[in-house]
Amino acid sequence: MKVAIPVFPGSNCDEDLYHALWDILQITADLLPVTVTNLSQYDAVILPGGFSYGDYLRSGAIARFTPIMAAVKDFASTGKPVVGICNGFQILTEAGLLPGALRANQSSRFICQNSELQVTNNQTIFSTAYQPQEHIKLPIAHGEGNYYCDLTTLAELRAQKQIVFEYVDNPNGSVGNIAGIVNRRGNVLGMMPHPERAVEVLLGGTDGLGVFTSLLANNQREDVHA
Amino acid sequence: MLKNTQLTPEALRDTQAYRELGLSADEYHLITDQVLKRLPNYTEIGLFSGMWSEHCSYKNSKPVLKKFWTEGEQVLAGPGEGAGIIDIGDGQAVVFKAESHNHPSAVEPYEGAATGVGGIIRDIFSMGAKPVALLDSLRFGEPQDTQTTYLISQVVAGIGGYGNCIGIPTIGGDMAFDACYQKNPLVNAMCVGLLEHQDMQKGQATGVGNAIIYVGAKTGRDGINGASFASAEFNDAKATQRSAVQVGDPFMEKLLMDACLEVIHDHRDILVGIQDMGAAGLVSSSAEMASKAGSGMKLNLDLVPQREKEMTAFELMLSESQERMLLCVKDGAEKEVHAVFKKYGLDSVVIGEVTPGHQYQLFHHGVLEADVPVDALATQAPVYQREARRPQRLDEQVQTQFEPELANVSATLKQLLQQPTIASKRSLFETYDSQVQTNTVVQPGSDAGVIRIRQTDKALAMTTDVNGRYLYLNPRMGGEMAVAEAARNIVASGGQPLGITDCLNFGNPEKPEQFYDLDEAAQGISRACQRLNTPVISGNVSLNNESNGEAIYPTPMIGMVGLIKHLRDVTTQDFKQASDAVYVLGTTAADFNGSELQKMLTGQVSGELFDFDLTAEAENQRILLQAIQAGLVASAHDVSEGGLITTIAESCFGRGIGVNLTSQLPAVQFFAETQSRFVVSVSMANKDAFEALIKNQGTYLGMTTATDQIWVQTADQFFDVPVSEAKELWEGALPCLLKQRA
Repeated sequence: MKVAIPVFPGSNCDEDLYHALWDILQITADLLPVTVTNLSQYDAVILPGGFSYGDYLRSGAIARFTPIMAAVKDFASTGKPVVGICNGFQILTEAGLLPGALRANQSSRFICQNSELQVTNNQTIFSTAYQPQEHIKLPIAHGEGNYYCDLTTLAELRAQKQIVFEYVDNPNGSVGNIAGIVNRRGNVLGMMPHPERAVEVLLGGTDGLGVFTSLLANNQREDVHA
Repeated sequence: MLKNTQLTPEALRDTQAYRELGLSADEYHLITDQVLKRLPNYTEIGLFSGMWSEHCSYKNSKPVLKKFWTEGEQVLAGPGEGAGIIDIGDGQAVVFKAESHNHPSAVEPYEGAATGVGGIIRDIFSMGAKPVALLDSLRFGEPQDTQTTYLISQVVAGIGGYGNCIGIPTIGGDMAFDACYQKNPLVNAMCVGLLEHQDMQKGQATGVGNAIIYVGAKTGRDGINGASFASAEFNDAKATQRSAVQVGDPFMEKLLMDACLEVIHDHRDILVGIQDMGAAGLVSSSAEMASKAGSGMKLNLDLVPQREKEMTAFELMLSESQERMLLCVKDGAEKEVHAVFKKYGLDSVVIGEVTPGHQYQLFHHGVLEADVPVDALATQAPVYQREARRPQRLDEQVQTQFEPELANVSATLKQLLQQPTIASKRSLFETYDSQVQTNTVVQPGSDAGVIRIRQTDKALAMTTDVNGRYLYLNPRMGGEMAVAEAARNIVASGGQPLGITDCLNFGNPEKPEQFYDLDEAAQGISRACQRLNTPVISGNVSLNNESNGEAIYPTPMIGMVGLIKHLRDVTTQDFKQASDAVYVLGTTAADFNGSELQKMLTGQVSGELFDFDLTAEAENQRILLQAIQAGLVASAHDVSEGGLITTIAESCFGRGIGVNLTSQLPAVQFFAETQSRFVVSVSMANKDAFEALIKNQGTYLGMTTATDQIWVQTADQFFDVPVSEAKELWEGALPCLLKQRA
């Protein structure tokens, strides 16, 4: 599997992701500038966390206009997997690849802590490595992670089993305790918690590995693609 | 200020307008009679006012700083460069420095704190190092009035706003509260970087004809003459001096940092020197680079990227607009540098060149606006040997120790855990990203923050410390204690202390009593540094921390970094499991003057400071580090404010583990703040080996338990507190005081 990591000006978790993929999981990954327009040689795209374009205007609002995001849309439309972590999630909602929006945390403060999550749907290509309803701990670090969608969308997300991760103790006010969702087709995941920060015992836990090992396992089984 | 730029040299002399810029009449006459031997124009006076400010020249503190111990074979670069450098083996080095942003934070707390962080980061990457961690040492007034709670929330938000965005983890620091900081909060930021020896840079401009390249943000009218603003005393009339505060843009700095590091790594052969534009902006960076190299320099100010219209030479040179750097690049290689910065969308402009001789020349609109000897600006500021007089407060001290009487020990403990200085700072440091870069092994909340060094088995431990109350009672011994506590934090985390940086936060040095405190503290710090083998490798001085004539406690912040040789040695303060043996290393005495308990019970900090023995300190640190490296220690926690029982309680909180302890000490001494102590837990398997190692340097207190109880049988009474209840009080106190929303 070969992963593309778009690096936006202001991304700051790109190298963490790169290390997690290469050093821990031995997955091939490339850091790509926003000028790249063709992603066809990659098997997956992961948008890293950070503050793309300084979060100016609104987090993710400027990044969505970059050339590489047009390529990411094309890539997603072929059914290949796309993941957005933290700021990556914000960019995916801004780009219209995922429903809803990420608002300022209810406390209006940035929060960095280890957050307990429930794996609500372990049948996506990003979560098969987890047990049904498994509780895991992943770090969160965001000021705008308060997921919002209207009630109709929420009902739809639930009906279509698009909610992948839910907070056990909702830290930011997200609607439906939502920490991570997939699109209807199931090939685009957005999540506020940082799985790439939870891949080593030394740094506090390995509960994040499942996102990447699921991706890896399902990459070899084309049939799982929704 | 603007209208003054029209002043002729003669009018400048006659109206003494230079005083408004912070130059004294004597300094002005030194310039006219000895340095230039003519009348300077307004721009030139501006240059001198910035460069001769305390912030840039250390004119008041130099005689004191000379006393610092800066030796040690591990030191690759000491004070004088942008930041100090210490060798850590394997061709790597650690770079660190701290800087104060007290005055800007007092008037504009968010931007003041944010730009403090931004400035110290530039100091680190300008040495060629990748910034890997941030720490912050903060002092505020009692968090009871709305002005103070506003300051706290804004300063914390500013620190987080900058560090989180740029992607450098904030992994430690310290915070304390005393009324003396009410109108003069302290905001000291420290940055630590990791350097490959081959990347080491110097802020120098050598080689006639080499290009001076300005990179980064454009220059505006923000922070003009901030260096001399920061060097002045505060009073209510001046409290609205907002124009002297800069505005930060961490996004811009992230691009600037990445671009500069790319030039340093990939274009080593053409880069001659690099320096941050910090205090006194363009003039200090350029003059220092030329002076250090023994060169002259000429700059064409028309070429400086400008954000605002019709800026004068004075404004361009003294603006402290953020996120700017100055590079000296080999003649002919300019395009190579421009290409790198263009990729990041940043300005990169040749604004001048290195010249023969030693003159510093500025051209603006075709006119030679300034023509002064570069060394006069950079190295020849007058140095003042200020008068020192022992403050009356020290002579009037009660010589006996405060003798607290505790009717209800558990109630006292609960109350103590809610004192703002003792209470958990989690609700504040949780707003800092402490994990970005994915190297953070120990997050904020333990004695020291720890980050691993990739591709090695090593880690770095880092901390900031100082207890201003101790220095208020005894500046010299308090200075020793500040270094010792920092070192205890490093050792308790499994590290060998390597060296320190400092921010010397003091009052007006022209007042003999204030200067005495500074001078004494420096001597104490130096003595402890020498004894603990932690040379002073960098630092900063912040004087005139007074408001309306009242000085803060003498508060020399010590930032220390230590090397953890093997990752297995990383140790945290939390008790790990039930049925471990609990010890206190070091001896306990009835030491209460300056203690948290004294302040809580009497509302005051007074009396002669208790004794301190550097030899015992060093010995206890040595033994603990040996025990940790032998794999005998489950947890270790430095005993500091709030004494033994606070330390024990904090060790219980992490994993909700109880203790059952018995001691020959009277209950009250569980609150004493005797130095040189650690609370250590050891598994049963290692108990014998540990006791054989520590011999009589420590005392067995009892066991950790699977209960929710802190049980202590002392010589005179028994007390107990549920761990969960104590933790809730400890964690809830600050959010309650600050009225934070969950």
